[in-house]
Amino acid sequence: MTEPRMTETGASMISPQEAAARVEAGLAARRGRERRFRAYGRIAIGIALAFLVTLFVSIFSKGIPGFFQHYVTLEVTLDSARLDPTGDLSVQSLYDGDARGVIRAALYDATGASGRSGRKAAGKIISAGAEQRLRNAVLENPAILDTTQRMTFAVDDDVDSFLRGFIKRETPEKDRRINDKMIGYIDALQEQGLISFQFSDYLIFGSASRNAEMAGIYGALIGSLLTLAVCLVLSFPIGVATAVYLEEFAPKNRITEIIEININNLAAVPSVVFGILGLAIFIGIFGMPRSIPLIGGVVLALMTLPTIIISSRAAIRAVPPSIRDAALGVGASRVQTMLHHVVPLAMPGMLTGTIIGMAQALGETAPLLMIGMVAFIVDVPGSVTDPGTVLPVQIFMWADFAERMFILKTSAAIMVLLAFLILMNASAIIIRKKLERRW
Amino acid sequence: MDTQIMNIVDQPQTLEMSNIPAETVGDVHVERPRMTARNVNVFYGDKCAIDDVTLDIAEKQVISFIGPSGCGKSTFLRCLNRMNDTIDICRIEGTIALDGQDIYAPQVDVVPLRARVGMVFQKPNPFPKSIYDNVAYGPRIHGLASSRTELNDIVENSLVRAGLWDEVKDRLTQPGTGLSGGQQQRLCIARTIAVSPEVILMDEPCSALDPIATARIEELIHELSAEFTIVIVTHSMQQAARVSQRTAYFHLGKLVEVGETEQIFTKPQHEMTHNYITGRFG
Repeated sequence: MTEPRMTETGASMISPQEAAARVEAGLAARRGRERRFRAYGRIAIGIALAFLVTLFVSIFSKGIPGFFQHYVTLEVTLDSARLDPTGDLSVQSLYDGDARGVIRAALYDATGASGRSGRKAAGKIISAGAEQRLRNAVLENPAILDTTQRMTFAVDDDVDSFLRGFIKRETPEKDRRINDKMIGYIDALQEQGLISFQFSDYLIFGSASRNAEMAGIYGALIGSLLTLAVCLVLSFPIGVATAVYLEEFAPKNRITEIIEININNLAAVPSVVFGILGLAIFIGIFGMPRSIPLIGGVVLALMTLPTIIISSRAAIRAVPPSIRDAALGVGASRVQTMLHHVVPLAMPGMLTGTIIGMAQALGETAPLLMIGMVAFIVDVPGSVTDPGTVLPVQIFMWADFAERMFILKTSAAIMVLLAFLILMNASAIIIRKKLERRW
Repeated sequence: MDTQIMNIVDQPQTLEMSNIPAETVGDVHVERPRMTARNVNVFYGDKCAIDDVTLDIAEKQVISFIGPSGCGKSTFLRCLNRMNDTIDICRIEGTIALDGQDIYAPQVDVVPLRARVGMVFQKPNPFPKSIYDNVAYGPRIHGLASSRTELNDIVENSLVRAGLWDEVKDRLTQPGTGLSGGQQQRLCIARTIAVSPEVILMDEPCSALDPIATARIEELIHELSAEFTIVIVTHSMQQAARVSQRTAYFHLGKLVEVGETEQIFTKPQHEMTHNYITGRFG
């Protein structure tokens, strides 16, 4: 150890050796802190990932079986006298005809059901949607009349639950929704290889239904698309125009400041409040019909606007001022500078914000409940003024039903919704990468 | 001893403060002025950035503005084509006239003004578009070309005059941002002259460039001075001496001295100018 060096003022200085020793002594503690900090970060990420994995496993394990359901294939004799009593192949005539009887006859043949109670039990095996399917097949191709066709119909959801093993054979007969006779017939159908487990066309092409085996997301999907279209058409131009005006043209005064604060606050307003707003104004004051995608879109646009405005302003601010100078320097007006240079350069950021806003709107449920988009609507909406519902609301409704099959279909619908969200977010990333330019 | 050092350090400081002349030294007037500034004051909020500057800018001549950082030379330059309009807190008093017409008069539109008084910036700032579109942008928005061939001619002519044609003629559709720094700055000059301005303002056009690119630009400024009135702000006194016929020395918002470049650099009349060009402060 050397003597402490003294400066002219008399204050002692630490010698280089001493300083090095002190640094060395503190080093272990410093490294330890760094290691612990990194460990905390890893733990946090680990917990988040564990939750995510749990979520995905639970959704996928229920959702993937939800995409499939059991069908029964029958030899149906399409007797034109029974199916089409008027003989003109009109929809009315087919509805007057006995499609139900024709299918049942085929079912009795296949199962060998006889007697009143036996036939009643056999009839419960097949879905109520079978008749409609038969009529549609005849309408599509009248040539099949008076022939015998192999046709596939969905089984009733209770039968489906039994086939999946959710309803146990061992349960006493009075406690289960399927009686012993039905089990006998189902076994008979299975022995003949007539029951199949295939991709559920009802899920994708079906609409809302109280019968779990017939329920599908098609109507809700179309409703979602219509609602999002209205939302996009309103919120993108208004949002971008607002951002451009506030960022480039608005005078910096008190009013502008108040507007800015309010926009930022709007971004944090609970979405259900926007629903109440839509209910009060569009339905209450303007007397517009309930449950229509038009109002849903308007309400979601109000909700999405702050997101789009905030991200668009950030994108505009990120355009280097040298580009503005360059344009103004050759004599472009402020509007030309804006439209020719700043907006195109800010567009990737604006689009990213818009798509993320749209993804948010796609997953929104609460405000749409307020304006009645939760109604049970079987018809697929053909325009923005037809009553309809949307995917998340459909999921919300299905989650309320007790039938086992609705639980599966709920998970399947969640997977479809997630797929759309991932698709939208991925397209946001692709657009950003594609349009990103260097300057 | 410490006190002595303090004194030496302080001396120029006191010199600066007390010795700014009330009147600009040298002749601010010229025979054939293109632009005239009379008693111009510029304020950023309450801060006075330019204090009572009167100066003529002669036709088809290069005038350079020199002075230490923050002396207001760039601010004054940006007043000449109203680029300061974009700054909300900026306020301008006095008159600046182009060909005898006050450019701050209420009826004057900045769009044609900036077409007549073009600007080249410190950092090369080509648009993130093709080389062709960079040069064609000005003529397009001002409607200078009546046909595609005419526009092509304007672009080619501008690039030739900016000394860039031979280097880029085979890749006009490639982005202007892909060029080297010096080429980008010449592209910016081509973009400026494409709208046929009368005056070109250059704000330290070479400060981001290497010596070779700088020499190329200086040569170009010299050639362009035959057709255009050029005002250049520079930190390099050698550059001012090389490219300009007149030099104006600014200090703390004041125009201290103006005169023929040769005279300013050989026989500066004011002590502060002398100190600055000999590197005593600034």
